This record gives sequence, C-alpha cells and structure tokens, in this order.
Amino acid sequence: MSESIPMNAGHLAQALAAPIARKRSRWHLLRTQGVLVALVLLIIFGATRYDNFLGAYNVLSLLRYNSMFGLIAVGMAFVIMTGGIDLSVGTTAALASVISALLSPRGVVLPLAAGVGAGALIGMINGLIITRLKILPFIVTLCTFLAAHGLALLFAGNQSVSVSWDSGFTEIGQGDFLGFPIPAWMGALAFIAGGLLLNFSAFGRTVLAIGGNEEAARLMGLPVDRVKFLTYLMSGALAGLAGVILASQFGAGQPNEGNGWELFAIAAVVVGGTRLTGGEGSIGSTLSGVLLLGLIFNILNFENGKGVISLSAYWQSVIRGVFLLIVVLLQARLAQKEHEAGG
Amino acid sequence: MNSQASAPLLEMRDITKAFSGVAALKNARLTIGRAEVHALIGQNGAGKSTLIKILTGAYKRDGGEIRFAGQAIDFSTPLQAQRGGISTIYQELNLIPLRSVAENIFLGREPRRLGLIDWPAMYRQAEALLAKLGIGADVRLPLHLCNTATQQMVAIARAVSQHAQLVIMDEPTSSLDEQEVETLFRVIRQLKADGVSVIFVSHRLDELYAVCDRVTVMRDGQTVAEKAMSDMDKLQLVTTMLGRELASTVARAASDSAAPETARQATLQLDHLKSGLRVNEASFAVHPGEIVGLAGLLGAGRTETARCVFGANKVDGGQMKLKGQSVSWQSPADAIAHGVAYLSEDRKIEGIIPEMSVAENLTLVLLPKLVKLGVVNRQAQQEIVQKFISRLQIKTSGPQQKIRELSGGNQQKVLLARWLCSKIDLLMLDEPTRGIDVGAKAEILNLIRELADDGLAVLMIASELEELTAYAQRVVVLRDGYSVRELQGGEISETNIMAAMANAGRATAEEGVQ
Repeated sequence: MSESIPMNAGHLAQALAAPIARKRSRWHLLRTQGVLVALVLLIIFGATRYDNFLGAYNVLSLLRYNSMFGLIAVGMAFVIMTGGIDLSVGTTAALASVISALLSPRGVVLPLAAGVGAGALIGMINGLIITRLKILPFIVTLCTFLAAHGLALLFAGNQSVSVSWDSGFTEIGQGDFLGFPIPAWMGALAFIAGGLLLNFSAFGRTVLAIGGNEEAARLMGLPVDRVKFLTYLMSGALAGLAGVILASQFGAGQPNEGNGWELFAIAAVVVGGTRLTGGEGSIGSTLSGVLLLGLIFNILNFENGKGVISLSAYWQSVIRGVFLLIVVLLQARLAQKEHEAGG
Repeated sequence: MNSQASAPLLEMRDITKAFSGVAALKNARLTIGRAEVHALIGQNGAGKSTLIKILTGAYKRDGGEIRFAGQAIDFSTPLQAQRGGISTIYQELNLIPLRSVAENIFLGREPRRLGLIDWPAMYRQAEALLAKLGIGADVRLPLHLCNTATQQMVAIARAVSQHAQLVIMDEPTSSLDEQEVETLFRVIRQLKADGVSVIFVSHRLDELYAVCDRVTVMRDGQTVAEKAMSDMDKLQLVTTMLGRELASTVARAASDSAAPETARQATLQLDHLKSGLRVNEASFAVHPGEIVGLAGLLGAGRTETARCVFGANKVDGGQMKLKGQSVSWQSPADAIAHGVAYLSEDRKIEGIIPEMSVAENLTLVLLPKLVKLGVVNRQAQQEIVQKFISRLQIKTSGPQQKIRELSGGNQQKVLLARWLCSKIDLLMLDEPTRGIDVGAKAEILNLIRELADDGLAVLMIASELEELTAYAQRVVVLRDGYSVRELQGGEISETNIMAAMANAGRATAEEGVQ
C-alpha cells in the first residue's frame, strides 16, 4: 500500500478537485458553492450601484477590518467540523487586545506573542476540559467566554488601553506589505494554510471523521482527543491574533469589543455551507462567508452614504440578521433538494 | 512456545471477566486456526461480545492467557489490536458516512507525497483494494451514498489494507439482502484463500454452514462446544446454545394455525396501493385474528408498504381501507388514532428512547390519554406498566429501569406493550426479531401469536423465512413493489416463498397475478 506515483502537471489540479465527490447532484454543488455565487452577485450589485465600491481604498479597508473575523472563522470552522463549538473566541480576542496593548511599548514581537499566547492558553484550557473531563464544548467555552471577558476588564481596569504609537506595534494592524494590508496577509495565510490542513493532512481528515462519527473515528484508532484539543488550541490562538490586530488597528486594547464575534464567526462558517453538526465543510466557503457578511455591512454604509435612506447601526444589524436567515433558509432548502435527489 | 505455522493463530484460554462482581466469563476458550473461518455463537449475554472485546483490548481480562501468532499478547486498546493484526468489523458499521469510500479505507494512514495527502494515489489504491475483493465502487463517493453491502466491503477493505491476520465480523449479514450476503461470502472465502482467519458472529444458522469451518458455542460465559461445523447439525447447534430443547415450541406453533377468517370484514384492505419508487401495486388484506406475513427481498417494498399504512409515507395511488372504510392519512398520528400500530425494524433509531425508563417508554403513545390538566396521572401509568410487565413477562429490575439496560428481546416487548396498551386493531411488525437471541425470538413470536388469537390483525415483515412458515396463516410476497403471490395454509413453505421472491419460473407462471 506504499506505492507512489510520479508527480505530473495534472497532479495538483486533480488533487485539488479530489475532495469533491463526483456524481453528486447539482443541488450539492449549489449548496456548497452557493455562497460564492451570492458573493459575486453582491459585488456586481455594489460595483454598479456605488462609485468607488471597487476602489483600492474601499477594498483594502474592507480586507483590513474583516481579516480579524476571517482569522477567527478559520479556527471556528475546524472546531465546528469536529462537531464542536467555540463560544469563547470573541472575549478571548478582547483579552488578547488588552494584553497586547499593555505590552505594546515593548515592541512588536512581545505583545504579538503574548496576545497569541493568551488566546492559545484559553484554547488549551477549552480543549483539555472538553477532551479530558468530557464536558460539552458549548458549556466549557461559555464558561471561558465569561472568564476571558472578566480577565480582559480586570487587566484593562475597565477601560480601553491606549497602545504605544512609537514601538511599531501599530504596524501589525495598520501597516502594509507589498501594498496589501498586513492583517489581510495574515488572513490570507490562515485561509491557505487552513485549506491545505483540511484537505491534505491527516489532521484535517481526522477533524472531518470526528465530526462525522466520533465513535467510529475512535475505533479506527484515530487520535480523536488530540485532534479535538488541537482544534480548540488553534481557534484560541487565532482569536488571540485577531485580538492583537484589533488593538493595533484601532490603537487601543478594547475589553468590551469582541462580544458577538463568536456569533459572526459561526454565521460565516455556516453560511459557507459547513454543517453545524460537523463532518462536512470547507475553508474556501468559510472565506466566502466572511466576505459576504463583511460586504453586507459595507454596502449598507455605501447606501447610507448615498443619502437616500439613513440606517442606524441598529437597523444595519437587523438587516444583516434577516439576510443571514435568508441565506441559511436557502441552504436548508438546497440540502433538502439534494437529499431528495439522492445525494 | 512453539511458533511454527501449524500452531493455531489464536488461542484464548481460561479467560475470566467479571463486571462489578458478576461473572461475565468463566474459563472461556477460543481457538482459531490459520486461514480458518470460525463461527462464534451463543445467545445474547452468553459472553461472545465480552470475549471479543477482551481480545481486541476494549476490555481488560481478569484472568487467562491469550496467544496470537505464537506470542502472548495483551492489547489494551482496539488500536493496539489493529496494529497487532486483529481488525473488527462492528455490527453497527463504524465508518464515517459523510467521507468518501477511499478516505474511510485509509483514514489515519493516508498515502502522502511531500507530506501532503496524495489523493490520486489514495483513490487508485482504494480502487485496487476493492477490485481485489471483487467490488466496483466509486471510491470518491461519500460512503452514505453507497449501499450497506458496499459499506461493509469498505470496512473489510480497511481491515485488509491494515494487513489484518484475523478479521472479526460481528453480525455482518444482519442488514444485507441475499445477493449481498453472497458477495460477502465470496469476500470471506477470498480472505481465507489469502491466509486470513475470520471470526464470524451471526444469529443466522444457515449462514454459518455456508461459510464457516469450525464453530465455538458459548453459554453463560463459558465455552460449551468447539467443533468442526460439519460435526454439528442445526438442531445440535441450537440445543447446545440454549442448553435445552427449543425446537418443540417452534414446531407446535405451526400446527395450531387456524383457518383464515376470510368471511369477516378485513381490518386492512389494500387495493393497488402505490407509493414512491418502492411500492408499485400492493394488494392484500389482513383480517382480525390473523397473522399475515409480508415477504420479499430487501428493497421489495415491504417496509415502505407498512409505512404507507401507518401514514409515514405518502400514498400516490390505489385504495386503502380500514375496517371497510376508505382512509387516507396525513400523518402517523391519524393512523394511530384509528388503531394502527407500527413497530419499526430499527429499534434503536425509531423505537426506544434509551435514556428514558421502561415505564416512560411503555406509555409514550398512551401519554395524551394519561394526562389530566397537563399533569401525568402517575398512578394510572404505574398500573398499566405493571400490567404489561407481568403480562409480557418483561425482564426488568423495575418500571424505573432505563430501557437501554434491557436486552434486545425485552426492549422489543416494551415496544409491543407501548402499542398494546392503547387499544389497537392492526399491528404491523417490521422484523420483530432482529438482533434478538434465539430463546427470546420464540418468546416474542409466541406472544404475537397470542395477540392474534385474541383478535388482533397482525402484519409481520420478516426476512427469516422459518418465522413466516411457522407463524403466519397467510404470506404475501412482494417483488419490486408488486404483490406477486399470496400463499395460504399448506402452500406456505420456504421453497414457495423463495421462488416467488426470486421470480423463479414455475411459481410465477402459476400465480396468474400481475
């Protein structure tokens, strides 16, 4: 069973197409790629309706801001694909933003490492309790959600913590590299690495196997607990990184930011067609999901800018919620059609 | 001590195991030769599963010795056993339905290239493995889109690719139709030819004779017989397994079947019933006091027909009459309200609620009638529960015991009681004896017979033909969704049923139906 074939030109293309099963109905394709279609339609809508929608400034600031959600969504996607959930990412990001802001006078590396490290630590605690003590992820991460929020307020003294503007720390969130925002680079890297990890590593396949049937995965001898632990560790660390970017981008550690980010991330993952019960999912569609949710806000801002209607932030939230519901409903319908068509 | 090829592949000796003081195994013994297909049989609770779990490292033994391939072994996890050459194919297939066939074979051991999973190689190797087993399947397809037999072959291919020397199959045929069983047997013979030994656990005795070389019989945690298959006939096998004469009960049941009451109004009358792809034209009747058997291969539309009558599947055409009245259901609740009951074939998924007590499970259907002002009348509930526990002789420590702790046969009795306590006219049973040990089988079937004798109309779907020949007054045979044959009285024989199911020449020529 250890034979191997020579690498050829078609190898990668074939391999990239490989995880998508053939002989599935068009419903499956529509369900998994539907979010991409919606994204393209929304971009076309925005581009024809508003000036400067596709201008460099708008695109780059959109990416700069939404990369935080992107990072969190990558971690969340892995957790959800194991059949778990991580509610602690939002306040973990807030905690990391405070810690990195406090350490920001010490340069770039230390606050960055501390922020990511704090997130990783919370992820490890989640993972350990979930795998060793066998407590439901929902409960465990709800507890760490509360604890992280408390810690963030405690460290911050219940107010925002200004960052140092001289140490270079703000470059993480505000700087560019090759004309592209640094956070967007990080986000892009996370998505590429995440995609590779999911589709081309034993780790990724084990994640899906666990979500598909945990008991079977255990009986197959797969390292179930270790992989679950690692997904929470990853999710925590990425949330930490998002928190560092938050502090750096807005010039302050924000103990009360991040509330609801976990829901944004879950929404992005689910809109991307990943099953909330685990076992099936895609990193690429998760990216589409993040961009889709980000674009809706962006478009609402443009709409306000046109001065025809004026929507408060509250109404924007309502509209986003309704839009999300529509997308999820559509997907549920498609999944049903797919089921009826026999896969 | 000696490890030459002539020594047995596996020797388990004097194995003992107790659970919280209760002995599950007392000096159990199992010897498997090389390239041997070995039947392991016994009633539920005889210790088969415990013995296998000790072998595969899922349980730790209290005493005894295990030698495998010439070495003393002591696996502490199923993974270690797998690596040591012992693979298990579980009754509830333990694979990942949403992942592809190839992934299910190679999960955890994916072929790599430059550290990344080499998908083309994985697909090629998976195809080659399945081809060797004589299975053509799209290895890219998610497993849940494959039929059960293919899924099983995938599990076997996984074991083979791990260089297993011993493959344990726990009731592998329980969800296969006859053709699929043939395929499985072919694969087992192939394994044997390749020098792999197989432990074959099954409740279907015919299969043991078809494929096994030797047999180990267990009873009450002990090994009571170890023989060549050819040295034991079926009756010996059953009596050894049960430690008593059972055959008499089954035989008696056949003789006292009363003449069908065709004169009386039919409880259920189906006329050219059509539903979806599986039921094309089903026409038959069930009368009060009668057990009608519904026979057919998997996919012949037996379950679907029953689900139509129960209001769980949509009726697309034809007529359905209940006690002379033409009816059509919106949902099972309608059917239940009119006295129709259906016991599904999958207890675990559609029947029991494992974490709830025997009492709660038993009164679920009746619950609306037990509620006064939103409060459950506990006393009435208790009375009903006690009545049925004693009437059906349900073996339980008490009404509050969780149903999952009961044996399969007793769970089935609770489900029967669930319907019986709410005054029904028509009882439909889908494979009522599946996964139930031989002793309890006869008990359940006799109970069904008594219920029919009390005037209930019973429609029984069964794949075990001897259950139909022994218990049904009439047998309706379905093929591809058509009711192709109806057998009565002396006509009911396994040969006739099989001939009708298989569309074998003469039977069809005679039938004149369809």
